[in-house]
Amino acid sequence: MTITSLLSTPSELTDTASSKCPIVLMTRIRLARNLAGRSFPGWSREAQRAEVLEVCREALADTAPMKRSIKAAVSELTDLQKQILVERHLISRELSGSKDGAGVVINKDQTVSVMINEEDHLRIQVLRAGFQLKKAWSVINALDSELEERLDYAYSPKLGYLTACPTNLGTGMRASAMMHLPALVISGQMEKVVRAVNQLGMVVRGLFGEGSDASGSIFQISNQTTLGESEEEIIKRLGSVLESIIEHELNARAKLLETDAPKLHDKIGRAYGILQNSHLLTSTEAMNLLSLLRLGIDLNVFPEACRTVIDRLFIEAQPGHIQNTVQHDLESVQRDVLRADKLRMEFATFAKPTFTINGQN
Amino acid sequence: MASPLKCDLCSNQATVHLTQIVNNKVHKVDLCESCAQAKGVTDPSGFSLADLLLKASLNPDNTTVGVRCEQCGFTQNDFKKHGRFGCPQCYETFSSLVEPMLDNMHKGTAHTGKVPQKSLERKTLHDRLGELESNLGDAVKTERFEDAARFRDEIQQLKQAFEQHSKPAR
Repeated sequence: MTITSLLSTPSELTDTASSKCPIVLMTRIRLARNLAGRSFPGWSREAQRAEVLEVCREALADTAPMKRSIKAAVSELTDLQKQILVERHLISRELSGSKDGAGVVINKDQTVSVMINEEDHLRIQVLRAGFQLKKAWSVINALDSELEERLDYAYSPKLGYLTACPTNLGTGMRASAMMHLPALVISGQMEKVVRAVNQLGMVVRGLFGEGSDASGSIFQISNQTTLGESEEEIIKRLGSVLESIIEHELNARAKLLETDAPKLHDKIGRAYGILQNSHLLTSTEAMNLLSLLRLGIDLNVFPEACRTVIDRLFIEAQPGHIQNTVQHDLESVQRDVLRADKLRMEFATFAKPTFTINGQN
Repeated sequence: MASPLKCDLCSNQATVHLTQIVNNKVHKVDLCESCAQAKGVTDPSGFSLADLLLKASLNPDNTTVGVRCEQCGFTQNDFKKHGRFGCPQCYETFSSLVEPMLDNMHKGTAHTGKVPQKSLERKTLHDRLGELESNLGDAVKTERFEDAARFRDEIQQLKQAFEQHSKPAR
């Protein structure tokens, strides 16, 4: 398989998942691992990094989940390919900007990706559509155990898995959920939620991680600490924080419908109209409009079957994916035209909205 | 009058004072305006206190100043610059620097999660093998042949066990 064919293959996030649900768009777990006796990638010479890349790729090739996968060195990838992989959450921005010796291995349905020589020798990631923390953990735990049969991990009984940055010591695990929280944003409660979540030792970030904005009312919530708790405990704690955010979002939705249903319906209806008729759409505006339509699905304004379309478009409306539909380089205005064209086409055949007074059919 | 607080990241006067309670622990950071801007402290969704605390907790009178990691040549100054360590061995070399940091940074200071059992067993076997081989060499040199025979047998056994362990599961 090549990167090009991977990008045109149906993936967990864009098409195939059956576990899609309201509010939680996707669940992700990553493990940071390093090889014993070798310098961390940021402190090693090119030859050392090349060796680590080779060793890790070889170990990965033998594991069950990576039987059918693609391997790529970051240096072989074009800027556009890197951008698309970032937009699909398969590599980090950091990896895409890294030097020689960095690489990535991605399985066919794009649920497992392993970055090599990012900040740590290995960053193993498992991704699932919907709210699937336990499932993601069991998959990544099994892959990690398989790798451990072939690789000598840097590990200390006291500090756990040794990582380049001490903030990842211990389990080396970051579990996160991508949450769609439009009602908390509309009702101005997001800041309060962020503060409460921080106090529980969890972090809230934008869609693409640290420093990114929260367009589309999509937020990433993850554990902040990795040492002093087992993986299961962290997952359980994160799970209950997520449950309570879901509850708050649902309450905020109920409140909005109760106090000002026409305003909410107006937002959804207008978003539908713009998506069907616009000729210039920036990616931020597209995200915000799609976000309102996803809310519409949750409120039974649109049928459940539409959810897959919206989730796919969340990714396909990103700049890299739009650029990838044509051969020549686009200015950002030209991308906005193409994006609007694409969305007009998609929404020409989209279900018509049916609004009822209480939002329930 | 008391001298004004200095920024934890540079030495300018601190004007932003941040207190955050995470896991029932109080964390305080003092920053100057430009560092606060650079770290996105004004945007609650975009900054990580852990990163800030990491940099701020490095005080210069630490005992590991001038120490160099034997494995990779890393120094405390390098850590100050990068916020990352050089190699796994650094955690032992700079343990007096790491330990006080952990309390602020994490929920606990000791690992209670997954243990790479296979990796560790393999290492134990490997270490034991090395020990036996050097014993064998010594025994041969000093003509203690009975001992040598015993070491040789033990090495044989261990090697068989080692092969079973390292056989990739397919």
